[in-house]
Amino acid sequence: MNFRLLSFLFAAVTMLLSTNVFAAAPIKIGALFAVTGPAAFLGEPERNTAKMIVDEINKAGGVKGRKLELVSYDTAGDATKAVQLATKLIKDDKVVAIIGPSTTGETMAVIPVAEKEQIPLISCSAGSKITDPVKKWVFKTAQNDSLAVGRIYEYLQKHKQTNVAILTVSDGFGASGREQLKAQAAKYGIKIVSDDTYGPKDTDMTAQLTKIRGSNAQAIICWGTNPGPAVVAKNARQLGVKTPLFMSHGVSSKKFIELAGDAAEGVKLPSGKVLVSDLLPKSESQKKALVSFVKDYQNHYKAEGDHFGGHAWDAVMLLKNAIERGAETPSSIRDQLEKTRNFFGIGGTFNYSAQDHAGLGKDAFVLVEIKNKDWVIVK
Amino acid sequence: MKRELLKFVAFSVFVLLLPLQFKGGYLMNVLVFVGINTMLAIALNLLLGYAGQISLGHAGFFGLGAYLSGILTTTYAWNPWQAMPVAAIIVGCMAYLIGFPVLKLKGHYLAMATLGLGIIIYIVFNETVDLTGGPSGLSGIPYLEAGGIVFDSDVKNYYLIWGITLAVVLFSINLANSRVGRALRAVHDSEVAAQVVGVNARLLKVQIFALSAVISSLAGSLYAHTMTFISPASFGFNFSVELLTMVVIGGLGSVYGSFLGAALLTLLPEFLRAAQDYDIIIYGGLLVLMVMFMPGGLVRGVPDLFRRIFKSRGGADHA
Repeated sequence: MNFRLLSFLFAAVTMLLSTNVFAAAPIKIGALFAVTGPAAFLGEPERNTAKMIVDEINKAGGVKGRKLELVSYDTAGDATKAVQLATKLIKDDKVVAIIGPSTTGETMAVIPVAEKEQIPLISCSAGSKITDPVKKWVFKTAQNDSLAVGRIYEYLQKHKQTNVAILTVSDGFGASGREQLKAQAAKYGIKIVSDDTYGPKDTDMTAQLTKIRGSNAQAIICWGTNPGPAVVAKNARQLGVKTPLFMSHGVSSKKFIELAGDAAEGVKLPSGKVLVSDLLPKSESQKKALVSFVKDYQNHYKAEGDHFGGHAWDAVMLLKNAIERGAETPSSIRDQLEKTRNFFGIGGTFNYSAQDHAGLGKDAFVLVEIKNKDWVIVK
Repeated sequence: MKRELLKFVAFSVFVLLLPLQFKGGYLMNVLVFVGINTMLAIALNLLLGYAGQISLGHAGFFGLGAYLSGILTTTYAWNPWQAMPVAAIIVGCMAYLIGFPVLKLKGHYLAMATLGLGIIIYIVFNETVDLTGGPSGLSGIPYLEAGGIVFDSDVKNYYLIWGITLAVVLFSINLANSRVGRALRAVHDSEVAAQVVGVNARLLKVQIFALSAVISSLAGSLYAHTMTFISPASFGFNFSVELLTMVVIGGLGSVYGSFLGAALLTLLPEFLRAAQDYDIIIYGGLLVLMVMFMPGGLVRGVPDLFRRIFKSRGGADHA
């Protein structure tokens, strides 16, 4: 608590000083994260990371001699609030770009505001809808669900497991995953033999799993964020379901292993490379960014940096690079963002273009398996 | 009655002149939502404050209005001005039919039944993905348009929403002071006594429940057209409780109280933002203090407070 107060005072003092000392005004970047509420598991690491990286950029002398200033607000995961705060960032704080929001719902709500006011928005949420169709002012850093689905299906196709059961959570993340799972199945020659959902707050999924056990599924794919999937893993173990279990990238953090305990063993899931940064070969182009991010986060917050924080890291760095290339106004930042090529971030290698504002390829994901309470890369 | 009219005129002038103070900043945007929340609080107050019937499911009616308007204007390309009354009528009829069995219940049971109703509506929004877009929401809802003016800015929306809110205020004041209003208060105090003097309490309760749902649905439609995006999360149980808090904090059985409650609960978080991570604690603390020291709500508590300060000062002068 004291630390927080101190850091707040420190920030206030440095802000006062910096405006006096440096002639060039800081560049204001807005941030909207769901730091409290149901999506806090996304918003908190995102805000922490954004603060951390902006501080570091400023310590290193800022961008082209100008400091960055992060104006960050908590949306509590509420779409109405996100819209109000986006308006506040644009009209009152006069930011040049906005990072966030954390969830797809909030992002969809904020998009009309960003488009109308012509301010670049770099969303940290995963929904494919955000950049499909492409919107002029909207970019995103979180990997599309379609890429994660592709990774799993590729593996299944290779191992000739064609009958799958899907079990998705009934929230934005699960709905988007379900859509992608169904849409891509045919392309990989996969048949969905059972399609069930569960509620975000459900504490027992034996009913769905019993039904799946009765089907001829060769693999179960569960799409959700903690704690639901941990319950699924535990229930599957209790019921003695031997069918291999796949999860989504929504649970790719140590938290899942903690929650599911022994039941997590053998579970496979697509994950951003940040999770296995130390296992990656030296030749991996993202390795430098990944290792430094994980180390920094550990030093600052005494916690493991996860790929959610990585979305914010990527967003800030993309902006920084755009400004470094000479962009200053919202519209020039937008143009420069669109010209981003081969940026090695946390989420993957970004290549934006006029047709693609998501920017990531299939290599953004690796398939990992949980063994002895740790991650192993599946070849 | 003349005093009521004077109050209403003063209130209208205040509302119409308020934007001059803000010159289009983001607070304008928040004030638009104060208008929508005022409508909702009045709707719930008619039911809770006047007729004494609790509802923990009003966010559901609000959501139904928003979704009906949203779906009719996007999927079926209706004109928003046609979709809005159609949505209100559908929601009103639904509330009327549900009202008969539900409003037979009293106290905790009524609270539970309406709570369940709200949750069922929420689940329907979430699960009927093909119709509502599911949890990731429905986007691309058009702005309202009238006589060549598109209501796409905060200032335009402010006057649109507040114009309709003022109409709802006027209507509710008139209703409260009419024969129906008196009958409602009679039902509130004693249903048996009301029936003895010839009030059809059962029908009246259902009628006011339906009316309340219609106003909520209207607010929902307006919300959908100003936000142009809706998702189920905005219409959950939490919002029903927030509405209830607005009504209780503002003052039960007072139309202007509903405005005060809605304004306070919508604006307070914005002012507390300066307190960073401690805002939630201060917010909660303030609400507790208000309920403790102003049990009649802001509408009675604030004038009381002034009177007390004035009196104690007077006393000090004497000594």
